[in-house]
Amino acid sequence: MGDVERFAGVPIALAGVSVERRGMCVLDGVDLVIPGGRRTVILGANGAGKTTLLKVLHGLVAPTHGKVSWGEFDAAPGRQAMVFQRPVLLRRSALANVLHALALAGIRGTEARVRAHEALQSVGLAAIGHRSARVLSGGEQQRLALARALALAPELVLLDEPTSSLDPAAARSVEAFVSGIHARGTTVVMTTHRLGEARRLADGIVMLAEGRVTEHTPAARFFETPVSEEGRLFLEGERS
Amino acid sequence: METFSQSFATAFAMLVTHDPRLFRIVGLSVAVSLASTAASALIGLPLGAAVAVARFRGRSVLVVAMNAAMGLPPVVAGLVVYLVLSRSGPLGPLGLLFTPPAMVIAQTLLIAPIIAALTRQVIEDAWSEYRDQLESLGSSLAQSTMTLLWDTRYALATVLLSGFGRASAEVGSIIIVGGNIDGVTRVMTTAIALETSKGDLALALGLGVVLLTLVTAVNVGVHALREWARVRHG
Repeated sequence: MGDVERFAGVPIALAGVSVERRGMCVLDGVDLVIPGGRRTVILGANGAGKTTLLKVLHGLVAPTHGKVSWGEFDAAPGRQAMVFQRPVLLRRSALANVLHALALAGIRGTEARVRAHEALQSVGLAAIGHRSARVLSGGEQQRLALARALALAPELVLLDEPTSSLDPAAARSVEAFVSGIHARGTTVVMTTHRLGEARRLADGIVMLAEGRVTEHTPAARFFETPVSEEGRLFLEGERS
Repeated sequence: METFSQSFATAFAMLVTHDPRLFRIVGLSVAVSLASTAASALIGLPLGAAVAVARFRGRSVLVVAMNAAMGLPPVVAGLVVYLVLSRSGPLGPLGLLFTPPAMVIAQTLLIAPIIAALTRQVIEDAWSEYRDQLESLGSSLAQSTMTLLWDTRYALATVLLSGFGRASAEVGSIIIVGGNIDGVTRVMTTAIALETSKGDLALALGLGVVLLTLVTAVNVGVHALREWARVRHG
């Protein structure tokens, strides 16, 4: 059995993970297990450490202290994809952006073209695959970033506030995308400030405050009776 | 001495009748400038890109040195190349002094630092924007460098055009290593200097018009390229 197959659906465990930057503690002793095959939504105020936590889960940021394990692996196996809040797209066509990601993953030629076309089709961009990525609308750019991630057939998808700058219709299409990849068994971890979105999408909620996990509970329970004071205040802020 | 208006009329006639002497000088100027820009690109683009993305001891010193080298006085560059290529210099046996290749070497010494320093700035700005995304896709440092070089191609093209403009307008170094030999190493800038001192304003003005046109065309090209890239790729 290869590493990729063994990685599928396994939990990601963080044990005492801290990240310090320029003398500031961005993550502070985080103990967390992200279950495989589920949708976990990370909530928290700006500066709580949500993006850094996603980067740690991706393997982009190494913890200053503590340990991260992806199943039985100590290093990220490479079958994960991250979509950033402001996706960086290359100055080339939408199709070429997807092909570039596939080439970096060692996938070229006909297989790459087929995968890229399918990925663009799945987000409704196949017809404009020839257009330059940087002149697409904000919603189209975000969908292209999702297509780029999808083409890699990842086992874990990390989404950093993917709908923060989108109108409701575009946000819905991103939600549909998340539901779609989750239905295939992909583990999804995302951050958002939109509680409605979290309600619709989350299986589990991680509440982050000042770099610490204050709560990790099933979504239904969180929205009914949050355990932590931070969670309660966060929900109250939404209601007020 | 011809009057100013007579000089202009003669210069115009030389241009419209394709005066062979004038166009030989222009041809050599363009060839030397293109060759030195190409050589500078081969050195400056990868060097600038590597310094932009790599982190190593002494990087800050190298960045400062690259920036400082942009202000290298042409006559100093010419003197260095002269010493290296002169009969008693380390490359003297090659017999390059007072030949166009010597002029290309001298101009490369001037232009390569400019291209390297500007490339570093362009790539470093792009790297700060692209880094997380490229690393998340598993891109190695070498692959990221190639991606950045291609993705900033329009900005880098303007850097190269600026280098070409600098090379074509340069006189200090090439007059030292080229010797301004008629029919061999005489280019527009050295010819203008010589003809002006001789009082042959017609040829000097004719060459001046061509040089100005060339430099203007380069700047128009830079502007047009930037605008086209902005519209085409955002």
